Amino acid sequence: MMTDLTNLTVAQIRDGHRAGDFSAVEVAEAFNANVAGAKALNAFIVETPDHAIAAAKAADADRAAGTLKPLSGVPIGMKDLFCTNGVQTTAASHMLEGFVPRYESTVSQKLWDAGAGMLGKLNLDQFAMGSSNETSYFGNVISPWRRKDGGNAALAPGGSSGGSSSAIAARLCPAATGTDTGGSIRQPAAFTGISGIKPTYGRCSRWGIVAFASSLDQAGPMARDVRDCAIMLENMAGFDPKDATSLNLPVPNWEAALSSDLKGKTVGIPKEYRLDGIDPDIDAMWDAGIAMLKDAGANVVEISLPHTKYALPAYYIIAPAEASSNLARYDGVRYGLRDLPQGAGLQDMYAATRADGFGPEVKRRIMIGTYVLSAGFYDAYYTQAQKVRTLIARDFEQAFASCDVILAPTAPSAAFGLGEKMADPLAMYLNDVFAVPASLAGLPAMSVPAALNREGLPLGLQIIGKAFDEQGVLNAGLAIEERAGFTARAEKWW
Amino acid sequence: MMSDYRVQGETGEWEVVIGLEVHAQVTSNAKLFSGAATAFGAEPNTQVSLVDAAMPGMLPVPNRECIRQAVRTGMAIDAQINKWSRFDRKNYFYADLPQGYQISQLYHPLVGEGSLMIEADEKAGIPEAKRIGIERIHVEQDAGKLMHDQHPTMSYVDLNRSGVALMEIVSRPDMRSPAEAGAYVRKLRSILRYVGSCDGNMEEGSMRADVNVSVRKPGKEFGTRTETKNVNSVRFVMAVIEGEAKRQVALIESGGTVVQETRLYDPDRNETRSMRSKEDAHDYRYFPDPDLLPLELDDAFLAECRESLPELPDAKRARYLAAGISAYNADVLTAEVESALWFDALLETGAKPVAAANWVTSELFGALNRLGKSFADCPVTPAQAGELLGLVADGTISGTIAKQVFEKMLESGDGAAAIVEREGLKQTSDTGAIEAEIAKVLAANADKVEQYKAGKEALFGFFVGQTMKAMQGRANPQVVNELLKKALG
Amino acid sequence: MAIDQATVRKIASLARIAISDAEAAAMEGELNGILGWVEQLGEVDVTGVEPMTAVIPNRLRLREDVVDADPLTGGNRRDDILANAPAPQHGFFGVPKVIE
Repeated sequence: MMTDLTNLTVAQIRDGHRAGDFSAVEVAEAFNANVAGAKALNAFIVETPDHAIAAAKAADADRAAGTLKPLSGVPIGMKDLFCTNGVQTTAASHMLEGFVPRYESTVSQKLWDAGAGMLGKLNLDQFAMGSSNETSYFGNVISPWRRKDGGNAALAPGGSSGGSSSAIAARLCPAATGTDTGGSIRQPAAFTGISGIKPTYGRCSRWGIVAFASSLDQAGPMARDVRDCAIMLENMAGFDPKDATSLNLPVPNWEAALSSDLKGKTVGIPKEYRLDGIDPDIDAMWDAGIAMLKDAGANVVEISLPHTKYALPAYYIIAPAEASSNLARYDGVRYGLRDLPQGAGLQDMYAATRADGFGPEVKRRIMIGTYVLSAGFYDAYYTQAQKVRTLIARDFEQAFASCDVILAPTAPSAAFGLGEKMADPLAMYLNDVFAVPASLAGLPAMSVPAALNREGLPLGLQIIGKAFDEQGVLNAGLAIEERAGFTARAEKWW
Repeated sequence: MMSDYRVQGETGEWEVVIGLEVHAQVTSNAKLFSGAATAFGAEPNTQVSLVDAAMPGMLPVPNRECIRQAVRTGMAIDAQINKWSRFDRKNYFYADLPQGYQISQLYHPLVGEGSLMIEADEKAGIPEAKRIGIERIHVEQDAGKLMHDQHPTMSYVDLNRSGVALMEIVSRPDMRSPAEAGAYVRKLRSILRYVGSCDGNMEEGSMRADVNVSVRKPGKEFGTRTETKNVNSVRFVMAVIEGEAKRQVALIESGGTVVQETRLYDPDRNETRSMRSKEDAHDYRYFPDPDLLPLELDDAFLAECRESLPELPDAKRARYLAAGISAYNADVLTAEVESALWFDALLETGAKPVAAANWVTSELFGALNRLGKSFADCPVTPAQAGELLGLVADGTISGTIAKQVFEKMLESGDGAAAIVEREGLKQTSDTGAIEAEIAKVLAANADKVEQYKAGKEALFGFFVGQTMKAMQGRANPQVVNELLKKALG
Repeated sequence: MAIDQATVRKIASLARIAISDAEAAAMEGELNGILGWVEQLGEVDVTGVEPMTAVIPNRLRLREDVVDADPLTGGNRRDDILANAPAPQHGFFGVPKVIE
């Protein structure tokens, strides 16, 4: 038996279990122990060790019976934005504290059907709104990483999938689900030295995922490496007739087609992503990434995405507008929190419930969204933003006429300290400057760890692909992964 | 000619301007965006899916049949069908609206401009047929239901209706009297029922109208309108218009101004009252529903919709008129799809249109009324009626005997020919037998024969009647006529 | 376009979120900061540009008119619907009495 099963990747667990090197129950127990021992990270809202063990027992039985499934023996973490049958689902909000769905999201159901087990529900920014996991009603998630400056400042694991990123980086789970509306998979992956992919909009069903901004929300996997992302995504994606925006396409065998040979491929470098005054470590990493892809055989060209600077403002109109409407259902009538002051009428109950049930960032976005949709402002804000969104999508379309994938940094900085950006919402929003354009265009994009900065913190490179071309994204990611040789991990302090 | 309906005020005559927004429940098995059933009268909250209850993460997927029915309805009013339309969210908070928004269509409705015809009705004050414009039809979700009288401090929410598909059919402000509005609703209901897109059942709430009323001095600019919500019968629609027009005239003439507002009709008091309390913050923040892509219809879909349309009331009415049927009978027969279809089936048996129309509108309608039945559970089939009318047409029985035979058909369920045979009701043209009876009648009424011969020709009918009576109605009236004329010389 | 505290309160009322005066004051600054920043979109020339409708080319699929074909989107699951209700009442959702 291996010394520490929790150091294994998804592929290694799958293959080792299949080969009989260890039992699935041993794997589940090892991860359950890590989860139980990592309260200081606050990565989980609910721990479900029994679920993991039950799935592991089934996996061991399946192995004996010769009926192994693609993820048999693999325990994973589930972002608490996915509704899980019989297990509390909160979206990290007070509003949904205690809410126990009687249904299972399509994506989580697919994972269980593939043999995976659940270690628990992962913490996140409240209703997936945030870039640092500081908006959760259940407390901040702490990154396992620390700066090598001798200080012990708690760092943000990124957001909104901060529980997922922290848990994977700390070996609490080999992989986890994330959701990405404007960078919520990629930015936390970059902050914690792991990989994560947001597939093409429509690849993963949104059914059963607590909605933030419907036209942007996409589920995707987060894991330690590119292969694991491919394996996970194969078992999350697929057509779902319950989601009208679901893509009716077969799910490719991404893992089998992984190849880091980029001969004949062209990589585009968007000049507008070179920001004045950006951290030189970021630019250095980007240049290193370009060299790696050249080394893998790719041709590199400069491209232009002229409307890049307008992506973030457009996003901060569209996403809050959709959110203000999507979150109207949290009214205290049918489920979740009800705050009924003495003698209050229906409308007072709504106002009290929503004041109490939503955190400040959620309220801020609902307010912005309500304002930009309100009478007299709709065209100036919302229609204008959707037109700009068309231009942003067109930028990518034109760029992809001359390249196959685009390489850029995932985020403009390494992980920042908790509390550093909370006072200024705009500064926080700007952290998603590189992630948001691909979200607005619905394109597949992933982050892979590429380097450590001068403080010893991980930095991520982002690969953006053409619609439906997750394979191209994964392959370019693999080429970087192989060359970056990123093996650093956070030293255990928790 | 314009409607001459006027409200008499102190300052003179006022004209009423009326527009109607009719909400019609689309006939479908499942709801607009979920698979829950739509049947009326189920236990509370049993016909509610996770989608209808707006549980977290639930998503709408549109029901093809609801779209199809709305398109067919649009085609039935000669409307423009938009091959590209979108669903928008109308955002507001209420306990019967689980999502916090209603999925509707504001910016790009499924159906555009169309119209329908209301027929002339002198008695009701509609001097001639009139075309009423229809601005649009869009598809939207119904809300749930609140019950207020089951608990001292609580209202109860039932979501069975939540998400049921509605068509909102928006007229132009083309109506000028309560009668025109009533005729419009009846005609619209008739078309919907012909098409099969709505059962038109106003008692069960399948159809209800928002009534927009304003008044003006004839020929002047439109006045400010009020909207009275959820009026659920033709009679109430007319009452609302009448009352609201009078209220507005009195208000204006006493120096007040009409405010654009939503009103509620109280049928018990026959008056409307303001719902101003709800007006404070109406800003619906419509925007395209990001859970749904644009709805794009292809030619095959539209072709199927068109091909599946039945003959509509106007076409049917024209066909009946062309066959010589009276306008009155044509109106009566086409008003309801069931009677029209029954009548068409009768025509298919070879029945003569005019005689058949007269028989259906008098004999059959009378019988159904008497028996408390409808065409849905009609005790005779068109084939049976055709057999009966055939016996009259070929002279086997007289019209009088036909009435007796019909009664016996209703009693026994037997066929007309069998009854005639069994009861010996066949009409006779046996001149010998008829002449014998005529001789007896003339002998018994010698005085009247004298008078007739002296020029009182009206007595001829008396002799026919007496002879027919003596023949127990079985004599062929034409033969009786001829023989009588001969006998009376 | 700067918004004042009255507007903040109006928006909060539309969104059905109770706010205190202190919150309204704080939010006035925050919202103005964010709205001032997003207003740079106004500089983009969007002449002849259609607003985005579907980010990935895809057609709206329609569902067949079948009742309860999939239990996840069908009815007849009242217990599940009411399982998390704050005030279930004899098969209904209870809310504070609404006076119409």
